[in-house]
Amino acid sequence: MTYEIVARPHQQNFIDWAKDKPEVLVLSADLTNSCEVGKWRDTYPERFFSMGMAEQNMMGFAAGLAREGFEPWLHTFSVFLYRRPLDQLQMSIAYPSLKVRLVGFLPGIMTPGGVTHQAIEDIAIMRAIPNMTILEAGDATEAQSVLDVAHAIDGPVYIRMLRGEVSRIFPENEPFLLNTARILSTGTDITLFTSGVMTEEALRAIPLLQERGVSISHLHVSTLKPFTDPRIVAALKTAKHGVITMENHSIVGGLGSAIAEVMAERGIGVPLQRIGLNDTYAHGASQKFLMSEYEIDAAALVKRVETALGRKLSIHETELQEQRSVSLHSSAKAEAL
Amino acid sequence: MSDSSVKIQEVERIAKGIRERVLAHSLANNGGYMSQACSSAELLGSLYGAILNFSEVKEPIAPPSFIGVPQIGQHSYITGAQFHGKPGPDLDRLISSPAHYALVIYAALIETGRLREDGLDHFNRDGSTVEMIGAEHSPGFETTTGSLAQALSQAGGIALARKIRKESGRTWVFMSDGEFQEGQTYEALQAARFHGLDKLRVIVDVNLNQCDGPMDTVMKIEPLADRIKAFGWNVTVVDGHDIPAILAAAEEETGNPHMILCYTDPVRGLPILAERAPTLHYLRFTSAEERARYENIYQEMIK
Repeated sequence: MTYEIVARPHQQNFIDWAKDKPEVLVLSADLTNSCEVGKWRDTYPERFFSMGMAEQNMMGFAAGLAREGFEPWLHTFSVFLYRRPLDQLQMSIAYPSLKVRLVGFLPGIMTPGGVTHQAIEDIAIMRAIPNMTILEAGDATEAQSVLDVAHAIDGPVYIRMLRGEVSRIFPENEPFLLNTARILSTGTDITLFTSGVMTEEALRAIPLLQERGVSISHLHVSTLKPFTDPRIVAALKTAKHGVITMENHSIVGGLGSAIAEVMAERGIGVPLQRIGLNDTYAHGASQKFLMSEYEIDAAALVKRVETALGRKLSIHETELQEQRSVSLHSSAKAEAL
Repeated sequence: MSDSSVKIQEVERIAKGIRERVLAHSLANNGGYMSQACSSAELLGSLYGAILNFSEVKEPIAPPSFIGVPQIGQHSYITGAQFHGKPGPDLDRLISSPAHYALVIYAALIETGRLREDGLDHFNRDGSTVEMIGAEHSPGFETTTGSLAQALSQAGGIALARKIRKESGRTWVFMSDGEFQEGQTYEALQAARFHGLDKLRVIVDVNLNQCDGPMDTVMKIEPLADRIKAFGWNVTVVDGHDIPAILAAAEEETGNPHMILCYTDPVRGLPILAERAPTLHYLRFTSAEERARYENIYQEMIK
């Protein structure tokens, strides 16, 4: 399967989108070009505010601006939006439920920057914050259409954003919808939920699984909070042999945990397997290397399906390699930070 | 009498009222943030009585009951800013940072006819907005600042928004000196200067005391004025009980963010408090005898 590759999907799209929205401001913490808003700054210099390497203060400024009717869009790496300035994020922004948009880049293990740059528990922490909405882009279409979704929410929004060379998996005329999973395939043996870049990874394995006769429901989840989508409950109920979640995040507190909560509350009694970082930090290396090392790739998915079904499917690594749409971390993506 | 001497007399009256009300409340409830009232009475009296350009409220407002926390899409949330009157582009705003000064702020609001006199009866009562540590539903509070050192950044954002809209009103922040131990304060100082927030004003109660005791024994902040000047701010240092000096400093227009450091005495007007040194942060009577001595002083004060 091959997809169109979109270069810097956010860059021009955000400029065009913000044109007729004078209330939209950008606050940046010294990662402006790394977050694809350098050109935005040059287009709307009167609406761009450099806050320097000072995220705690940036949260407060964003809160004050939002109280006055502006809509600040904070751009920095995911990890700097919630780890260092968590108290400020909670007390200055989340408690008063202000319209601040936290656009976080390089979520999970998408950065070679190592443990300091890898937001592996951001969803867990953000989910625990009242008033917060959590969205995650899975392809170029979602990276572009997530803007409208966030803009419409009367409260703070955290976006796990994509940058650089991004596949377009979903048609442009099928935009991101709040709290609405995309049903990518339907089946009755296994129900699989994937989020973010894990959806593209899972799509490498799905055709091979189906060829081996596995009947699989696959849903792409792009809203992590709220988590009340009836499509998710319906898909859970069809799973005869088990449920699998796959996320670019710790298995604690993210998509897998959210699914576990729904299953427990609904009394859905099949085994759940969570693919993700197994309660561990990672280190600085390429995304492909880390996905393999921590078993959060297509091969890992095949193994989990085999576990759920209790039989071997004889899918070889070479077959999975052939399914790869693009070299995940080409030279274009290894643009450092 | 000149305008300025009328103003000074009015601030003196408010300051006296603040000390009396906080002491009366502490006697009735066996405790209170008394030293904060003693140190900041002239500072808050100057702000509410003379400095701040607020619109009037029709009559003293009764504190509403707590109706719930802010939620997505819910706009019925009450704000303590209503006690500051209707806002306007040419009017001032006040963001109070040390939320544990709430009792003192409530007293100042009563003295200036913005909070109903029986408002303090609701202090620290279940279901009331007149909370011990003020939050943004509490009288006189616009934002939630109990986790200290966040207000200056919040006010910076408000001042930036007002600058974008070319408003002439000032945005004031009332701070306590302990907040100059937090890193965020210095982030906010550099950002306010960098973004040219010339209508931002900060007034600080430098009483040199904090929860654990005298600041020199907890974590030194001096030379405070030099530190702040190094960030590009204009700084005026005054005796925080010298009302004319506070009022004069508040008039300064320097084209920069401006900070007034009010050096204060945490037992001013109530010398008996000094017996509790070095722990002045919170007054709780240790015996009926001690309480009776304070009661006698209170009776003398209100004669």
